[in-house]
Amino acid sequence: MNFEFSEEQTMLRDSVARFIQDNYDFDTRRTIAESANAINSNYWQTFAELGWLSLPFDEAYGGFSGNAVDTMLLMEEFGKGLVLEPFLATVILFGGMLQKSGDAALQEQWIPKIIDGSCQGALAATERQSRYEFTDIATTAKPDGDSYVLNGEKVVVLNGFNADQLIVSARTAGEQSDSRGISLFLLAADSAGVERLGYRMMDGQLVANLVFKNVSVPASQLLGELHGGYGLLKSTLLDAKLALSAEAVGVMEALNAKTLEYTKTRKQFGVPIGSFQALQHRMVDTFMACEQTRSLLYRAVCAVTDQKEEAEAEVHALAVMVARAGKLIGSEATQLHGGMGLTDELDVTHYAKRLMMINATFGNGDYHQAKFNALRYSA
Amino acid sequence: MDTSFSAEDIAFRDEVRSFFAEAYDDELRARLATPATFKDALIEWQKRLFKKGWIAPGWPPEFGGTGWNATQKFIYETERSAAAVQDVLPFGLQMVGPVIYTFGTDEQKQRFLPRILASEDWWCQGYSEPDSGSDLASLKTRAVLDGDHYVVNGAKIWTTYAQYADWIFCLVRTSTEGKKQQGISFLLIDMRSPGIKVNPIVSIDGKHSLNEVEFNDVRVPVANRIGEQDQGWTYAKALLAHERTAIAAVADTQRKLREVRQFATIEVNAGERLIDNPMFQKRLSDIEIELMALEFTELRVLASVASGGAPGAESSLLKIKGTELQQAVQELRMDIAAHYQGLLPSELSSEQIGHSFANDARLDYMYGRAATIYGGSNEIQKNIIAKAVLGL
Ligand SMILES: Cc1cc2nc3c(=O)[nH]c(=O)nc-3n(C[C@H](O)[C@H](O)[C@H](O)COP(=O)(O)OP(=O)(O)OC[C@H]3O[C@@H](n4cnc5c(N)ncnc54)[C@H](O)[C@@H]3O)c2cc1C
Repeated sequence: MNFEFSEEQTMLRDSVARFIQDNYDFDTRRTIAESANAINSNYWQTFAELGWLSLPFDEAYGGFSGNAVDTMLLMEEFGKGLVLEPFLATVILFGGMLQKSGDAALQEQWIPKIIDGSCQGALAATERQSRYEFTDIATTAKPDGDSYVLNGEKVVVLNGFNADQLIVSARTAGEQSDSRGISLFLLAADSAGVERLGYRMMDGQLVANLVFKNVSVPASQLLGELHGGYGLLKSTLLDAKLALSAEAVGVMEALNAKTLEYTKTRKQFGVPIGSFQALQHRMVDTFMACEQTRSLLYRAVCAVTDQKEEAEAEVHALAVMVARAGKLIGSEATQLHGGMGLTDELDVTHYAKRLMMINATFGNGDYHQAKFNALRYSA
Repeated sequence: MDTSFSAEDIAFRDEVRSFFAEAYDDELRARLATPATFKDALIEWQKRLFKKGWIAPGWPPEFGGTGWNATQKFIYETERSAAAVQDVLPFGLQMVGPVIYTFGTDEQKQRFLPRILASEDWWCQGYSEPDSGSDLASLKTRAVLDGDHYVVNGAKIWTTYAQYADWIFCLVRTSTEGKKQQGISFLLIDMRSPGIKVNPIVSIDGKHSLNEVEFNDVRVPVANRIGEQDQGWTYAKALLAHERTAIAAVADTQRKLREVRQFATIEVNAGERLIDNPMFQKRLSDIEIELMALEFTELRVLASVASGGAPGAESSLLKIKGTELQQAVQELRMDIAAHYQGLLPSELSSEQIGHSFANDARLDYMYGRAATIYGGSNEIQKNIIAKAVLGL
């Protein structure tokens, strides 16, 4: 048993931390968030040069063959810096699904381009009515000779506005919420018949609704089995929730550190507010919440790395904890900053917003708790 | 014990209901919701209330109040909230007005009260300072006597709507002798005075309601001081308890909870309506049960005020529970918005985006974080209860 990271992993973590230290101060981040594409393309190229975009991919395609621990370390540091560049959308969601699909032709075509930074991706899975239930798919793909014709709409697609390539979940058989009958298609975001509507979220992300009107996709672009996309979709979204949870732990740690520092320096009644026991106990609660979340993160990461049977339930458990601790830590940080905590100028409010958005991405606490319950307690 | 309404009460309720239905029209609602027209629309609404004679239910009749009893005030507030009618701006009508009619001179009453009632002047509250928030009595903005004027120097912060204000009521330091609560004076300052500068602060919801107000050698006539010099703390304290009762906003929270319930009947997750989901039901009823209790706590406080008591430490209870429940409902609304939560306004219509209330939910949730901070933070309220009620 050991919780040490390898030398390589420590180097990776330090290199991400250094990049953020040097390039991602809060004002810079604000400028990026407010820019037209809400990302910095030079930074994206730097990510490629530093090898980060190759992290989970097979060496055969020039990848680093990293595991869940590597991803965790990187995402945690990204969380501390509130990094906006679309690592999750491109590498974990789009790239991760491609990698798991086993489709050699599409992998060969796209993974090297993800790694060199020339292709950004997105997974278009969420629909207006679907909430967090990714099997609830009204978008259809109908066979038409050697092609499929896509019709429908996806919403709040992460990196949907900037992505070059998309993976779209569509219904090829079954009823609207059936797990069977889901198929996944890879297509260019500028394919004829795709309309993109970009809009911004409170954590600085530029997301998009994608409308598909009679979009023709060659059958060779089908990723995985026809009607059998459920497994691929489910495991990719679990990976994403795991990565987001690692990011959340980074956010929590940064937020707790900032709040702790504030309570030590802000004076009222002639003393630092951190000297009030009523506040000390709350700082202890947020500290413990972060540590408990980190423990579950490590637990889930180990289970996923070792491909344990319980891995799925452990990721759900982690997501529940991230929701709970995130709400606690975010709202305590705001509250303990008093009026300052209500300003847009202070970075603290932006960390708190990111925690809320992480909870709302690919299933909130209630959603994952229901899944956990179903796995553990249902026959 | 009897909490049922009399026939007269019911007639009154119907009158209030139909007045709101008529006078608070959709056009006004739309203008209030638009930042560019908000100020004028609110003033217009207040003028309509003034014309009706209902602008100041809390004031004694001789100064322009309605003379309603506690039940009528409760009915009015409940109907206002149920109809989602914007409350009047508190600064003139609920904060400085009562201070002026209680502690002001006849001349001050004649000069300021009619203009407050008619919404001729927009007031803001200049208490908090960068270094004096919870510890308000440590405030440092100085007022030095110079003939028949005070010369004011210093800065106030978090001043809501100072950018619109004609007047600001301020606590200023006139003496550094003795206890910090002594040596504070209550001044009414014309916002057009030379030497005043208003700097905007963007808040967590991306909007501008907060400000910093700087005072550089601002000359204020001694005639604008309320009561005695150095006694301002006493006057300010008298009004704080009223402010806290207002912040509880029980009826508003009840309406929002009803809205949340309504949304939850529309939202469907994997074929199941959210309202039918046991986990969601528990979250909803946890809030509803607390709110049922708080409604009666508020009635008890109102009744005791009606029979001559002043809202004291009980107002702290109302404030703490009231704001906690507001935030719980806001959080639930965000959760219902699911993947759409955090949506910012954009050029796209809500039809294009696919969601109708996510942006409102965000605004409400974000600004709602303030309720546990302003009016004396909830931590400070707990300190008050511990000391004043429990004798700790
Ligand atoms: C949206 C908004 C609008 C406002 N509008 C106005 C306005 O119009 N006019 C005006 O004058 N002011 C206004 N305020 C200011 C408000 O009254 C202050 O923010 C509040 O009094 C807290 O002061 P502070 O911000 O300096 O926080 P601090 O006093 O620095 O408090 C920081 C944290 O420490 C806690 N704390 C402090 N002392 C203790 C203690 N003894 N025990 C335990 N915990 C403690 C607080 O509860 C808080 O969580 C507004 C504030 C907000 C957020």
